[in-house]
Amino acid sequence: MAGKVIKYERDNIDTDVIIPGQYLKLHDYSEIAKHAMEGIDPDFHGKVEPGDYIVAGKNFGCGSSREHAPIALSHCGIKGVLAVSFARIFYRNSVDGAFLLPIEIDEQTYARISDGDKLEVDTQKNEIRNLTKNETYGMKPFSEIVAKIISAGGLFKYVPE
Amino acid sequence: MNITERILARASGKSRVEPGEIIFANVDKAMIHDVSGPGVIKVFEKLAKQGIKTDRLWNPSKIWVAEDHFVPSAEKISAENIVKLSKFTKQYGIEKHFKYGLGQYGICHTLSHEEALVLPGEVYVGGDSHTNTTGALGAFACGLGHTDVAYVLLNGKIWFKVPETLYFKLNGRLPENVMAKDLILRIIGDIGTDGAAYETMQFGGTGVSEMSVESRLTLCNMTTEAGAKNGIIEPDQKVFDYLEQRGAASYTPVVGDADAQYAKTYEYEASELEPLVAKPYSPENIAVVRDVAGIELDKSYIGSCTGAKYEDLEAAAKILKGRKVKIRTEVLPATISIYRRAMESGLVKTFMDAGVTVGPPTCGACCGAHMGVLAKDEICISTTNRNFPGRMGHVESQTYLASPLVAAASAVTGKITDPRDI
Repeated sequence: MAGKVIKYERDNIDTDVIIPGQYLKLHDYSEIAKHAMEGIDPDFHGKVEPGDYIVAGKNFGCGSSREHAPIALSHCGIKGVLAVSFARIFYRNSVDGAFLLPIEIDEQTYARISDGDKLEVDTQKNEIRNLTKNETYGMKPFSEIVAKIISAGGLFKYVPE
Repeated sequence: MNITERILARASGKSRVEPGEIIFANVDKAMIHDVSGPGVIKVFEKLAKQGIKTDRLWNPSKIWVAEDHFVPSAEKISAENIVKLSKFTKQYGIEKHFKYGLGQYGICHTLSHEEALVLPGEVYVGGDSHTNTTGALGAFACGLGHTDVAYVLLNGKIWFKVPETLYFKLNGRLPENVMAKDLILRIIGDIGTDGAAYETMQFGGTGVSEMSVESRLTLCNMTTEAGAKNGIIEPDQKVFDYLEQRGAASYTPVVGDADAQYAKTYEYEASELEPLVAKPYSPENIAVVRDVAGIELDKSYIGSCTGAKYEDLEAAAKILKGRKVKIRTEVLPATISIYRRAMESGLVKTFMDAGVTVGPPTCGACCGAHMGVLAKDEICISTTNRNFPGRMGHVESQTYLASPLVAAASAVTGKITDPRDI
């Protein structure tokens, strides 16, 4: 299933812009989702469709431990975030809560992918196929435990050996 | 092994751990608050639908609950969350629930040390990113999200990748008017907001030994802003005395081995440090106060887990004594115990005489929740820890992060001001 890219050409996209602090009182996932990316992109809701990917630079999701951040994105339909690097709690929350795929890409891949491109992500082959540009990129493989938690469907379904 | 590795080895039942290794660590203490608590309750509801049992917690006596982000209840939804939290603690038999309006309560990280809820050598996780704060007591203290905390509450353990450790050594003693806040801003400015991503930041050296426990807490608090998994300081007599005064029971402190390894060591000369601010919109965007002095402000905010401990209030009061503030200024002591002490020692009177609004303990405007959030284009100097766009209110407001001395000096002049120049 291909998804289109919503690209933010910036580093340090923090949890306060992914879901501003005033909404932390909300715990209904669809209500949280209404405010996704409100801090930097008021048009986000007009663009996002189920299966889409966000592409961004370094340190995506830095800041707070609010699980609202991956919840907001995944409940808008975001399937994965492709970033040069991730902040640790956002990464953990995405994986352990089974909200979305946090995919690490290199700087060149980040530069090649454009807003609106159609992508297919194959986490078995660690491949990203850009259907718009007819190009294929690598992704950083998930670590062993992260791969196992993702394939189990989240931390609660994962059975440690 | 260094202190973090020794704590994680003990907690995972191993004689030795290496950076990069995946472990399941047994948790000693866990915390939720009025944001992560309802988040955990939501996870429990999802689990129940999947047939996963949530009727008993791993150990209610090791779990404690704070009310801090949206209290006193900011509006209807926050009020509902507080009710939910009370039902939760009652249902599961959690006794350590610090409720506003019922004696001691306040910001979770400040309670963790004020109430000696976390002890040296322990593994402590909390549903808040600034859980790192409490590492200043010599514990492994790490922030997690709702799913992970729910997992801990039910299973008493969680997975970690053993982090690499960056060691920050402070030589000499901080000069007058330079605070721990200035040092940690300087470090974040040097290494960047991802400079310690997934790693430990350990602090040591004579400058750190000389520091009060509260100053050390400020250092560890903002390791989160450099992306660190945890901040930590080897415990010493000052920590033991601090905890004894707060009724701590017996515990086993841990320090690193003589041949402890660090991925990298950074050295700072205390005498070379000076008052700093972090300009909008990042904690790494630092400037020397004297280089940005004169920037006009609308507001000064002295609050949060970073900047409203007793020592922080004392520093602000030193500047405000006998002076008047020129811009709106709020002081929000981090806990009731600190508020009471500030009242009894006369600090609250000093603030009120200066024209400051003294409010109740709350995370308040630090996270843009309530109690003084910023309007479009408003500029605030704040003792808090983050200044991302929209952090304290409108996305086009601006926050300068600073020490309580700088925030107080700037309140007096209405412009960014070095405390040495007042």
